[in-house]
Amino acid sequence: MKTSDLFQESYSALTVNKARTALTMLGIIIGIGSVIAMVAIGQGAKDAIQANIASIGSNLISVSPGAQRGVGTFVSSGLGSSQTLTQEDVDALRSGLTQISALDGELSRRYQVTAKGTNTNTQVIGTDSNYPAVHNLNMDSGSFITDQQVANMSKVAVIGPTVWEDLFGTSTPAVGQTIRISGQQFKVVGVTQSKGGSGFANQDDMIFIPISVAQHYLAGPNADGKLYVSAISVSAQNPGAMDAVQQQVTNILLQRHNIGNPASADFTVQNQADIVSAASSVTNTFTMLLASIAGISLLVGGIGIMNMMLTTVTERTREIGLRKSIGATRHDISLQFLTEAVLLTFLGGGIGILFGWLLSLLMTHFTGTQTAISAYSVMLAFGVSAGIGLLFGYYPARRASRLNPIEALRFE
Amino acid sequence: MIQCEHIFKSYFAGDVETKVLKDVTFSIADGEFVAIMGPSGSGKSTMMHILGALDTPTQGKYFLDGHDVGKLSDDELAGIRRKKIGFVFQAFNLLTRATVVRNVALPLVYAEITKNQREQLAEKALRETGLDESRYYHLSNQLSGGQMQRVAIARALVNDPALLLADEPTGNLDTQTGEIVLSTFQSLNAQGRTIVLITHEHDVALHAKRIIHIRDGKIISDEINQRQRMANPRPE
Repeated sequence: MKTSDLFQESYSALTVNKARTALTMLGIIIGIGSVIAMVAIGQGAKDAIQANIASIGSNLISVSPGAQRGVGTFVSSGLGSSQTLTQEDVDALRSGLTQISALDGELSRRYQVTAKGTNTNTQVIGTDSNYPAVHNLNMDSGSFITDQQVANMSKVAVIGPTVWEDLFGTSTPAVGQTIRISGQQFKVVGVTQSKGGSGFANQDDMIFIPISVAQHYLAGPNADGKLYVSAISVSAQNPGAMDAVQQQVTNILLQRHNIGNPASADFTVQNQADIVSAASSVTNTFTMLLASIAGISLLVGGIGIMNMMLTTVTERTREIGLRKSIGATRHDISLQFLTEAVLLTFLGGGIGILFGWLLSLLMTHFTGTQTAISAYSVMLAFGVSAGIGLLFGYYPARRASRLNPIEALRFE
Repeated sequence: MIQCEHIFKSYFAGDVETKVLKDVTFSIADGEFVAIMGPSGSGKSTMMHILGALDTPTQGKYFLDGHDVGKLSDDELAGIRRKKIGFVFQAFNLLTRATVVRNVALPLVYAEITKNQREQLAEKALRETGLDESRYYHLSNQLSGGQMQRVAIARALVNDPALLLADEPTGNLDTQTGEIVLSTFQSLNAQGRTIVLITHEHDVALHAKRIIHIRDGKIISDEINQRQRMANPRPE
């Protein structure tokens, strides 16, 4: 039997009972549609989180004080609050590391900040001139903290757009204004550009001051009488260098802190890829959950196909008998019924993809949830729907092909 | 053409053996018009299934056009049916929502013949049966019983079979239409077609040139139908 004839025969068989064909197809449409929509929501969430992480900086390796906890827990308690990373560590890393493009030390804490009767509670980061290079930060107006200002312990501040709006309102130029942090006066010298981050990595609600000022006037020395930092951020030259840089950082700090066993280190080195993969594993689980719920409806749709094909085989027993008596082989018969099932699921899959796409557009439109349909999920949906046709069409087709022509012809 | 040698056929229901055909031997030559006649339960239907390569004998040999059909697999039997045999059934067995031409051309689909050629061959076969040309592209369920059976005959002819097998072709028709269908068979036979007609009605069997009586799985008589011989002499 030729392929074109096979499709012709299957097509005319499916159009005989249009209502039943449409209803059966609906099962697949809903199944595939919900898989597409659910995966799009999961993918959208993943993309949003990854974009957020990427906005923190590129090829970033961050060093925090505090002990390392179990694998995958990138938010371990105590991390960041201990004071074991010193300014000397920062200087040693800066001179000791190769393959890096920039490095900065940071000392951050939340403070109440006031200006002319308005106030806000925000993150104040003491840092140096390298911060913008490490964290992909651009200036909206004015300039960032200079090495000169760090050396002179100048009380100057660079504020984020959210802080600007909270303290002055965006219609008032911020540069030249004075703000008070923890009772000390700072002169605003610049405003950063919005990075649009939100949630756990809001890059806009921050104030930057020279690290020397933060260390001397706001925080004071640690228990050993040393100036400390709460984080060191290192930007590797390229993604390929990240592992090497991470290893160098660990080696230098272990040596400086006189720790032999890396497992008992009093600092944590994280690479951005780790953070991305940790966040991705959360969203992947989320996507899997959604997709498997949708998958169940796809399964139900597949069972619907099988049910319809079995009914069809019974209804068309005489036709099968006739086809066999005029020379159709088992293969011809089973191929015809299999083609009907696959055609049904394939069409259903196609419409289902459109349906899912529409559903995710509506989702984005009405709830603002970001969604992303990937070529991968579309291909997968097509593959799965054709596979379901084969899987659930196989048994009915086999049953049809094995009918005894004599009995089939006598069937009432 | 057809040669049946000591054919036995038994069916088994569990351990119980039902002997349907018991040592049947006969042969049919090219261009013959034979009626196989017998009451229900006589084994004539089983005989037809074996002649039509729908079934194989338990014992004995069946040669069709030189092929030993007795020992073939299911798919090889399908090949024999596709190339050598045309069936006409009591219940017509047409695809109801397909046109006359598509019904007739159906066997050619399995013979992998191109669509254009299929339609030509279908129309040629339809002309042989004398169906009104205006009906060729009607749906088959819009036809009368006699027309349907002629479509079924055309379908049986379309692959130019060596043997035309008709199983009670007039069973669902009134006497008058049945007569038309039977005369169609007669004219096809006059053109040289080999036809085997299975029936339990004596009147129907009388349209053939030779009548084989079967009873209880055995041939009880095999004789030339004198009436047809006089009225419609054999080609040779």
